[in-house]
Amino acid sequence: MSIRKAAAIVGVGDVETVKGRVPGEMSVLQVQALAAKRALDDAGLTFEDVDGLFTAGFWGMPGDGMFGVMTLAEYLGIRPKYMDSTQIGGCSFEAHVGHAAAAIKAGLIDVALIVYGSTQKTRAPSEFVVTPPYHVSQYEIPYGIMLPMTGYAMAAHRHMHEFGTKPEQLAEIAVATRKWAQLNPAATMRDPLTIEDVMNSPVILDPLRLYDCCLVTDGGGAVVLVSPERARDCKKKPIWVLGYGEAMSHYSVQQFPDMTITSAAESGRRAFEMAGVTHDDIDVVEIYDSFTITVLMTLESLGFCKVGEGGDFVSNQRTAPGGDFPLNTNGGGLSYGHPGMYGIFLLIEAVRQLRGECGERQVKDAKLALAAGTGCYLSSTSVVILGRD
Amino acid sequence: MSEYQKPLPIVDGDSRKYWEACRENKLLIQRCEDCGKHIFYPRALCPHCHSDRVQWVEASGRGKVYSYTINRRPAFPGFAGETPYVVALVELEEGVRMISNVIGVEIGDVRIDMPVEVVFEKATDEFTLPKFRPVRS
Repeated sequence: MSIRKAAAIVGVGDVETVKGRVPGEMSVLQVQALAAKRALDDAGLTFEDVDGLFTAGFWGMPGDGMFGVMTLAEYLGIRPKYMDSTQIGGCSFEAHVGHAAAAIKAGLIDVALIVYGSTQKTRAPSEFVVTPPYHVSQYEIPYGIMLPMTGYAMAAHRHMHEFGTKPEQLAEIAVATRKWAQLNPAATMRDPLTIEDVMNSPVILDPLRLYDCCLVTDGGGAVVLVSPERARDCKKKPIWVLGYGEAMSHYSVQQFPDMTITSAAESGRRAFEMAGVTHDDIDVVEIYDSFTITVLMTLESLGFCKVGEGGDFVSNQRTAPGGDFPLNTNGGGLSYGHPGMYGIFLLIEAVRQLRGECGERQVKDAKLALAAGTGCYLSSTSVVILGRD
Repeated sequence: MSEYQKPLPIVDGDSRKYWEACRENKLLIQRCEDCGKHIFYPRALCPHCHSDRVQWVEASGRGKVYSYTINRRPAFPGFAGETPYVVALVELEEGVRMISNVIGVEIGDVRIDMPVEVVFEKATDEFTLPKFRPVRS
């Protein structure tokens, strides 16, 4: 059964940061409450309307964050009848959109609130979770693996080995994304960046350099989904969920079956099939950019180009403002901000682009957007295709 | 005598035999008696055909580098004195892959597809870690 047009996004909200930090002494629950309130205000709805709550995070572990959806509901003063804390890494929120739309289609709920927040930069010690060397990790951690980055660095090496992909081509992505950030007043990093700057930046884990890596910031965001009936009464025009897919190929780095392709090949195909649209129909693309290689491999796996041709695809600043493939238009995790799990911001930016709210960085007449999240160590993917009337 | 500072495995029912064998300088993996495929890391069910008839077998210890990275910063404080070090995904002749370190080589000489063989490095009285070095031709 398809969930095409079963639900619409009618509200989005986020929390501003200064130099990557949320203002003052905001707690991680405060950040989420503010994002949620802004998303509901945006929709013209209230907390009383919410009957489904969806969240995933890294805060409060071990501790109250282990039961994050309940801790959050309690803090917000709501009693949802549908709770989903699916945790598949940074793409959890694209998965939540699919799950929420399915629950709405089934008639279980009418108004779903998806929330994420992190104060990892200002409160690192209490929020940063280090993987203990047990279960499947006992075969990796003793060797000094650096999670999550080792998985991405190894994938980049393998991609270079098989297809001749060059570090300069990865740098194209970082530079193009920075140009979008320069058009977004809310972005953390807005100074000019050149290919040479990226190439001259220190190698962190070979072959990835500093500017191949996302930022480490605080942040929070929320998205409100409603049934078609409820959408009629909302303040903002509906942004329809047209297609959705989620998939995983492995969890741990050691089990990565083919380091040149991600499960976006499956989740993307399902999303396109459900939406009934083709790659050429998409006007604006938001792809999880934990690292530059994530973007390149996701573009290939989604089928925007063939596997192995991503380097050529992104060359000559094709994805920058003014190029013919607008990508990561808010400045992405590479330059806007990356509070641990970035996926919620892919959705927020896609919705704002489709509503025409993006000012200087607005993609002209955007009707269809694709948001593709990636989780853990290129382990999971979740893709949402959104469209306006 | 300096104490071992790096993280060590937290052993469980899946892994006890594996780590005990490492201590005797043997590299054990599993093989499914039904579909014949090799399995690593160890588990109760074959991930290929879901048979529960999985047996321990000694691996050849020979393989090649599937991919790798170089840590120029320590992943954990215990690795501070060891940078730069190579973390690799090694594919054994039996087809399974494992994360390890490639040692006994100039850092810049590690390559994908480089033939490697297992070498056992004692960490503590309880733990020996299988690592890999280039095959000497």
